[in-house]
Formats: sequence, structure tokens, C-alpha cells
Amino acid sequence: MKTDIILAGVGGQGILSIAAILGAAALNENLYLKQAETHGMSQRGGEVVSHLRISDSPIYSDLIPLGSAEIILSVEPLESLRYVPFLKSDGCLVTNTTEFRNIANYPKLEPAFTELGTKLKIIQIDADTMARETGNPKSSNMVMLGAASPFIHIDKEIILKAIETVFKAKGDKVVESNKQAFLAGREFALS
Amino acid sequence: MQRKLLLGVEAIGQAAIDAGISGVYAYPGTPSTEITEYIQENEVAVERNIHRQWSANEKTAMESALGMSYAGKRSITCMKHVGLNVAADVFMNAAITGINGGLVVVVADDPSQHSSQNEQDSRFYGKFALLPVFEPSNQQEAYNMTYEAFEFSEKTGLPVLLRITTRLAHSRAGVVQRELLPEKMLKLPANPMQFMLLPSYSRKYYQQLIDKQPLLLKYSNESEYNTFSHGTDKSLGIVCCGIAYNYLIENYPEGDCPYPVVKIAQYPVPEIWLRKLEKECDELLVMEEGYPLVEELLTDFFERGKKVHGRLSGALPRRGELNPDHVRKALGHEQPEIAEVPAGLVGRPPSLCAGCGHQDTYFALNEVIADYGDGRVFSDIGCYTLGALPPYNTVNTCVDMGASITMAKGAADAGLEPVFAVIGDSTFTHSGITGLLDCVVEKTNINIIIVDNETIAMTGGQDSSAKGRIEKICEGVGVDTKHIRIFVPLKKNHDEIVKLIREEVDFKGVSVLIGRRECVQRVARMKKMSSSKNE
Repeated sequence: MKTDIILAGVGGQGILSIAAILGAAALNENLYLKQAETHGMSQRGGEVVSHLRISDSPIYSDLIPLGSAEIILSVEPLESLRYVPFLKSDGCLVTNTTEFRNIANYPKLEPAFTELGTKLKIIQIDADTMARETGNPKSSNMVMLGAASPFIHIDKEIILKAIETVFKAKGDKVVESNKQAFLAGREFALS
Repeated sequence: MQRKLLLGVEAIGQAAIDAGISGVYAYPGTPSTEITEYIQENEVAVERNIHRQWSANEKTAMESALGMSYAGKRSITCMKHVGLNVAADVFMNAAITGINGGLVVVVADDPSQHSSQNEQDSRFYGKFALLPVFEPSNQQEAYNMTYEAFEFSEKTGLPVLLRITTRLAHSRAGVVQRELLPEKMLKLPANPMQFMLLPSYSRKYYQQLIDKQPLLLKYSNESEYNTFSHGTDKSLGIVCCGIAYNYLIENYPEGDCPYPVVKIAQYPVPEIWLRKLEKECDELLVMEEGYPLVEELLTDFFERGKKVHGRLSGALPRRGELNPDHVRKALGHEQPEIAEVPAGLVGRPPSLCAGCGHQDTYFALNEVIADYGDGRVFSDIGCYTLGALPPYNTVNTCVDMGASITMAKGAADAGLEPVFAVIGDSTFTHSGITGLLDCVVEKTNINIIIVDNETIAMTGGQDSSAKGRIEKICEGVGVDTKHIRIFVPLKKNHDEIVKLIREEVDFKGVSVLIGRRECVQRVARMKKMSSSKNE
């Protein structure tokens, strides 16, 4: 069993929290994990990508090879498209639809999604709206994690427990709203 | 055994604490920064009150670490690859003095230049200094090799250079810790002249260093981190250095690599394994992060020996970090079918944050420069280097820490007038002060703008040694107080800043303009920290 995940987004959108939760969950399950992330210049509103690998046998490369990721999990639609060469032919691209426009020449994405949709499995989800509806607008990253969770070989309860661990310091209310966001995203992907 | 999820850099920090260091000395630099930050926040380090404050630059850091070693205690010093250039003087000479307490020099290289001006390979420094180099291949090895490096340093009497690259630095994995060791006691060197490099002594010490080389080779040959694995297909022998080993194994997920493989994680290179490989195999393939150091070593200048493939031969890219796909190609494996990146995707280049004071400084400076023409603003290393890009297009150079002032001086000496230097607060105290002194001594006609955001912003907002000291330093160096001018970089002050710069351009001598406003990221972080403390 192995799951290779490309996590993508823009600096500050919370992809490292997603990575931290899956990391805690994997450790709890006694699985092997490697997670490579971007630091330094790219954090100032730039593109951020993390390679997250979970497996029941030792993992060697910190980087995912092209054509072998099970999931691209992106909290921003433009960023989700950058990494499609990493996706397996039967992999799944799960992306937020809310655009993060901090560049003047932000392109039209619809044609690319339509074209890719003929070859790849794509789940598009308005995570920002869904997060607002669950009462915590900051939890859109947890909606996204929820939407990707059916494709990750870790039990739902274990991930929920990891959400608790990671957000514990911020209080019960934050823990609960992030759990709700996760479950809402999961339900969307399963329906 | 409990595993802890750690970045490669954090594993190094944890290992140093567990090995009983009494001090970490460093200046921030990606991808090395978090080693020191990890130690700064660690409970044991706080309880033991291990030295963990930032130094002014890498040279002062390494010298202090050597001083702690002189006093018999274990110390670690950490920097990015170009930081080792700054500390090269003490590094080369620490090889001659040797150590008293264990001393580990961690250098994080940045192939692919994610956040650096070049991708120099620090293993060459190790070779240059005749010192042992450790190059762990994963997070657990990073922990184990750091932990053992202190003892190795004491056993050989030499500093150990621990070299990592970006990918290992910033990738997380589960790491098993070892027993926490006590700190060493204060103990002066047995030979009181050990650190006295008068030529009459140092000739002898240099000979001793040369005499130690066979011993270092013996340790490399015997190291558990340097391995030979047998293979059935002798048409090719593979040499993997550091994390390159992972990319090889990634291409043989069932552990079924048919070729004999030498894995190198400790230098000097393990001769016995390389000789065995050369003897057994028809051709060799060398995979290493950084420059082709081992490939060059094994390649026969006169081409009479066996063929060696790698970065020089073109089997792997000449520059940039390796990845499993490069290695797959070099092994001649088929590429999988992959989806193509849709056309027309644009990048998101890094940019100055909304509300950053550097913007206001640049817009004002641009107005002044318009009177004289472009090409006269020398800059430096930090967030403000982004002033080279639109919409500012203000600064013209970025070479090394402190070079703004001294390059502007050289250009002024050549007759360029007026000239400007734009340097950050922390870069100024890192390497700008001596350049300022040169200007003062020669009464250079120069306008130095210190963009003071009161922190080391680019690497995440560490404490700057410059904070609250810049005017005093400039005065002390000899700048006329009438020409030390302060402004607040805010949009509403635009006209005032333009006027101030114009006044100093009219003065033919050394002017220092300090634009002071705290980094907006740091303000936000501090606010968040104090509110979470109040909760």
C-alpha cells in the first residue's frame, strides 16, 4: 500500500497544515512517511508545493516521480494544473475552485479543465463557500483534505484524530469546525 | 521505538542537542535556518541554556564555535553554502588547528538555486581543507551521523563538515532518537599552543593534518554509511552520493537493482569499494547532488580507463538537483506516460508583501534616479532584492552579502556619480560595516540607503543584530551625523523621502539614509504570538 500526494497551493493557504495532519495520522498508524516542502523565497505569495508520500514499506525518494502520484490535492485551481505530469493515469485531481488572484495575467482555466477532464478523474469543489457554511471560513484546506480523503489509504477516524492533535492548541471550537469542514468535503467527494 | 516526524534540518538540530552540545552558532540562510531555530525552541536546550543566539555573520559564528571547542565543549555551526565562503578563512584554518571539544560544521547546499545566487558544492571545501565530510542520505542518517560526528571530531581531532542539500533539509520523515548525553566539562587544550598558527607551529600542524589522511581514509572504508551492494549485471557499476541513493532505489521498488552499487555518505571517498566496483564492472555511473566531484575524480583524463557516466558525460543534467526521473532516464528505463501541463499557465514569482516599506523606498528612489539615468543602484541580499523586478526595476546588482556598498564605492571610484547602495539592516551588520569604513576613509561620494525592517525578513523574521544600533554604528565608523538621515517608508511620506534623498545626492561625501519601518510579516507574527499567549 502506498499513496503519493502532490499538495499544491499559494504560500499561506494552509497546505502545510494538511501535510502536518496526514503526517500525524501516518505516524499514528505506524506507516512510513516522507514529506518534502518549499521554504524560502517561494513563500511570499508564490506557488508552494509539497510532495507527500505514505507507505507501509520504507520510502526512499523524498520526491515523487513523474506519472506516479495517486492524488493532486490543490487548494487553488491554477496551482492544481501545474503538476498534472506527476499524476498516474488512473490518479485523481482534487482541487478547490476559488481562484487566488495575486497576478495580473491570471489565465482562464476552464478550457484546460475541460480538456484534462476527458483523460483524468477530476473533482472540483468550492471549498471556500463550503468552509463558510460550516462556520469557519479559514477551514477550506480541511474541506479539501476531506474531499481527497476517500483516495488516501488511512482510516477516516485516524485523520479526524490527527486534526484534533494538530489544532488542539487553538481550542475546542477550532478543532470542531475543522472536523466539520473535513466531513463536509469528504461527503461531497463520496456523493 | 517512538519515531518523531522531523525535517532533515530538525533531525540535525535534535541530534546536536542529544550529543551534548553547549552551543549552536549560526546566521540564517535557506536551507539551513531551521537547525538553529529548532535548537532555540527545544526544551532541553532551553533548560541547559545552550548558547543559541544568532551571530552577526557566518564567520563570527564559526569562530565562536571554534572558541567553544577550544574550551573543551561540543559546538555546532550552521550555514548555507554561500555562508561558508564568508567563514572560509576560519574554516580552512580550523583544519590546521584541529579541535578540542567536538566541532561540527553543517553546510546546506542549494542545488537548483531555489533561494541562492549559485549552487556551489561544499564537498569541495571539505576536500580543500583536507577534512572529513559526512553526507547523509536520509533524515535518520542525518540524525545518526550528526550525533556521531561529535565523537568522530574528537577521535580524529578535526572539525567535521556535514553537508546536506535542500531536498533533505526540507523533507520530513520519522526519526528515532538516541540517548541524551551530558555536556562536556570546561577543559583547555592539552597543548597550549594548539591554536597558535604562527608559521613555525602551523607548518608542523599542517604536516600532522596531512599525516592524518590515511586514517580518515581508513575510517571511510570502514564506515557503516559507505556500503557496497552486490549485483548480477556487471555491465554497469553505480556510485551514489548522499540522497542520490534514494533516487536509484526508487527506480527499483522491489529492491532488485541488478547492478553493483557503492553508496557514499562519508568522505574521503571509500577507496576499497570504488576499486572493487571498477574491477568488477565494465562502465561506471556516478550520481551526486551538486558538482561532479566524484565523477571527476574517477574519470580518467587520458581516457585509457573505463568509461564514467554522470553529470559531465551528459547522462545526468550538468546542473540542478537530481530527482527520480533524471535517474530513471540515466538508467535507460522507459518513461511512463504522463499528462502534459496545459498551455498558458503563468508563474507566481515571489513579490514584496502588501504594505512592505521597501516599496515606498523604491518608488521614492526611482523618482530621484530619473534625473540621472538607470544603472547606478547597487543592492544586496534580502527581500529588497525583489526591487530588481517590476513594478520597481530599481536595483541593478545583487552579488554577495555586503557587496552593495563596496561595489557602489568601486563604481564611484571609476567616476560614476551619483551612486546608491541599498542594503538591509541585517545585511549591513553582517558584512556592510567594513565597506562603510572604506568609504569614510576615502570620503567617497556615495548614498547608502539602509532599508531597516528590524529583522532578518527573508529567512522568516529572525532577530537582527542591527536592531537599535545602526545610527551608533555609522557614527562610530565616522559618518558625519548631519548625513545620517532617518525616514519612515510610507506612501504618505513620498515627497519628503524624495527631498531627503535629493539633499544627500547634492552632498559630495558619505551619506547614510535609514528607512525604518518594521517588516509587516513580523508585525503580524508578533501580534499572533501575543494574542495566543493571552488566550
